[in-house]
Amino acid sequence: MDPSRKRKIRLIVALGAVVVLATALVYTSFTASTEAKSPSQLLASAQAGKAYEVTGKVAAGSWTSRGTTNVFRVRDRNGRESVPIRYAGAVPDPFREGREIVVTVRKAGGTWVGERDTLVTKCPSKFQQKAPKT
Amino acid sequence: MLTAGKLLLVLALLVAVYGAGASLVGARAGNRALTDSGRRAVYAMAVALVATFVLLESMFLRSDFSSYLVATHSSTTTPAFYRATAMWSSQEGSLLLWATLLSVWSSAVLYLSRNRMREIAPYATAVLCGFAVFFVGLLVLKETPFGATSPVPSEGTGLNPLLRHPSMMIHPPMLYSGYTLFAVPFAFAVGALVTRRLNADWIRSTRPFTLAAWLFLGIGIILGARWSYTELGWGGYWAWDPVENASLMPWLTGTAFLHSVMIQEKRGMLKVWNVSLVLATGVLAILGTFLVRSGILQSIHAFGASTLGGPFLVLIAVMILGSAALVVSRSADLRSDAKLDAIVSRESVFLLNNLVLVAMCVIVFWGTFFPLISEAITGEKASVGPPWFDRAIVPAALLLVLLTGLGPVLAWRRVTLANLRHQLVGPVVAGSVCLVALLGLGITAGTSVALFVVAAFSLTVIAQEFWRGTRARRAMADESPPTALLSLVRRNRRRYGGYLVHVGVITLFVGVAASSAFESSRYADLRPGQTAAIGGYDVTYVRPTSRVVAAPNGRLERIDLGAVLRVRKDGKGVTTLDTRRSYFPSADPSLGPVSRFFDGESTSEVGLKAGAFKDVWTVIAPSLAGLQPAIDKGDRVFDGPGARLPAAQRATLLAQALDGLAASYVRSPPPATFRLLISPLVTWIWLGALIVFAGGLVAMWPSPRAVHRMVSAGYAARVARELTKV
Repeated sequence: MDPSRKRKIRLIVALGAVVVLATALVYTSFTASTEAKSPSQLLASAQAGKAYEVTGKVAAGSWTSRGTTNVFRVRDRNGRESVPIRYAGAVPDPFREGREIVVTVRKAGGTWVGERDTLVTKCPSKFQQKAPKT
Repeated sequence: MLTAGKLLLVLALLVAVYGAGASLVGARAGNRALTDSGRRAVYAMAVALVATFVLLESMFLRSDFSSYLVATHSSTTTPAFYRATAMWSSQEGSLLLWATLLSVWSSAVLYLSRNRMREIAPYATAVLCGFAVFFVGLLVLKETPFGATSPVPSEGTGLNPLLRHPSMMIHPPMLYSGYTLFAVPFAFAVGALVTRRLNADWIRSTRPFTLAAWLFLGIGIILGARWSYTELGWGGYWAWDPVENASLMPWLTGTAFLHSVMIQEKRGMLKVWNVSLVLATGVLAILGTFLVRSGILQSIHAFGASTLGGPFLVLIAVMILGSAALVVSRSADLRSDAKLDAIVSRESVFLLNNLVLVAMCVIVFWGTFFPLISEAITGEKASVGPPWFDRAIVPAALLLVLLTGLGPVLAWRRVTLANLRHQLVGPVVAGSVCLVALLGLGITAGTSVALFVVAAFSLTVIAQEFWRGTRARRAMADESPPTALLSLVRRNRRRYGGYLVHVGVITLFVGVAASSAFESSRYADLRPGQTAAIGGYDVTYVRPTSRVVAAPNGRLERIDLGAVLRVRKDGKGVTTLDTRRSYFPSADPSLGPVSRFFDGESTSEVGLKAGAFKDVWTVIAPSLAGLQPAIDKGDRVFDGPGARLPAAQRATLLAQALDGLAASYVRSPPPATFRLLISPLVTWIWLGALIVFAGGLVAMWPSPRAVHRMVSAGYAARVARELTKV
């Protein structure tokens, strides 16, 4: 076969493979993704049974734990609206009231149930508020 | 001290600006004296930054709380070992570490190449100085590490207890060394493009630095994984967090580059690809630094209060646009000297390996930035979790391990069928035996079995390469087998060092596959004497433990509440595990004198029995409910009548009260929650990393010929200088 024709065929096959793989990547990412919401957005527009990734701060005075079951409220990072969350499993070491967390939840009745092993707490060394320096 | 630090930083900034200017002007005007002066400016900048670093380090070691940074990231109770590293737990300190490492590595490469690449080096110097101007500029103008406290506190906040782990001491310097070393090939690639000197010389000259960058970044990543496994209390080593991913991306493209440059060196091919890869790696290294400091993505590791996103975005935009413009404008000079002769050849495997590595990088990039992508497309922010990453990455990793085995058995340019058959018989037999053995053992988990089989295939190929090389060496030099093996490696360090790296990576992948697919985990609420079963083991809570730990200066450092567990399998004792939760006092003045010892930071100390085939891992979450009434009572006493006592007496009584609390926890222990894991082959991950490290060192070590070349270049330069004087 003519070498230039051979090269063209190879290029078309390679580009075709790239397009197929890229399409698969895009498709799977959109179908497997979890919507990220703040607590106030959850309150406004969440459907029961659907998974959401909620980000916010653990509300002061809201955390109680019995065995491996933890109950707490997560509020907006800069607001007051909050949602109650029941989470089964050990919480990460830096988990505290006032700390920023990310957790995947599903609505079940009046509360939100956290999916096991999805709770992460932001490393406290990295989000200390800036104090004025002289 | 603080003023001296600020002045040193300003000096470093001015020298960096001069270095960039002198190098550029000198290169354009062909003025050797000026380009040499630009190079020496880099040395001077390194001296100024190392002095700044030492100055700040001394303030940390002396607990000088007149420094805002020291007061907010260290304390007198922080052990000296960790005071020395508390600097890079802060934004400002980590930026200073970045700039210092950049200046040191830049000085090293410019010194070693001072007699070579005369046209390229000044432009590379200008680029390296440009990076330095950016980072030191941030330190001078936006994030000074030399802010003062007023009034000076008597005690600091302390280093976050989670960071008190040996891995975290070395992890950031390793990562930053990787990032900053990748700036070296980036800078020389820019120099080569500007001067159109696009043969493989710049690649050969910067190769040790590229390899070192790759190695340091890899060590940094693995140390982070080790820290996560042994300190964070969740039992995992990789969570696909954006900041973790940010370090993986340049490592992947750097790996691709280290492979594809061989084709350029051997055949003069893939010039556009190589230069694009190294430029992309440089950009990704900066992107990693940007992700930690911009707050644009949710990450447990990001600096949330950072305002550095804007400047970093500008830098990244300049790097991308400048790189693209250079590559496009030099496309005619980047044409390959040769064409691919056959689809089945070593070049093809290298190319495919590159495509797989770049595809992995694209997957990681897509998944990491997916929240921003989805928001831009659908208006809704969404994220993909670890299962998506695993599904997308595992097939690519499988293909990569297979290619690792195929590469060495294929010849350059063209392969004959007879040769292929001769090379493949052993590895295919090994893979088949592995498959039969796994199925015989009842192991049928699809992707894991596939990975074990291709790993057996590839490891056999590498063993075969060592065996045949040693045999040939023995036939030629009549040496004993160990001597022949050593001479073989010594004479072909790059090749056999590379094979060792492959062995390490395969070992690591096998560890990841086994521990991900066959891990058993559970939570158990146990009282002393009770037993939980997991993965064929019986774990018994034997007794509670507690301890009040004082720092060397006598101040209370932490309270430990833990447990001793006995592990048995089939009725026989396996090991005894000791796990505890350490509670560090909070500096929050609103908390009570006793409760502040329990409401501050706490860390899990993992009970771990690491084995060659299985790890038994546990952490405890003690219940404080039983202690709470006593804690509340202690707060009332020490806030009431206790507050009127002299400070020394109050401290003594408080220590006694805490001792009493710790003792009462042991006397009447409440049920505790344990997380239990049985993970197979986790040790193989760390072992694999060690093999990679060893292989990298072998490959990086200069061969006798390279040393000779360097000495000859130095001698030639000296002769040329003497001749110009005559």
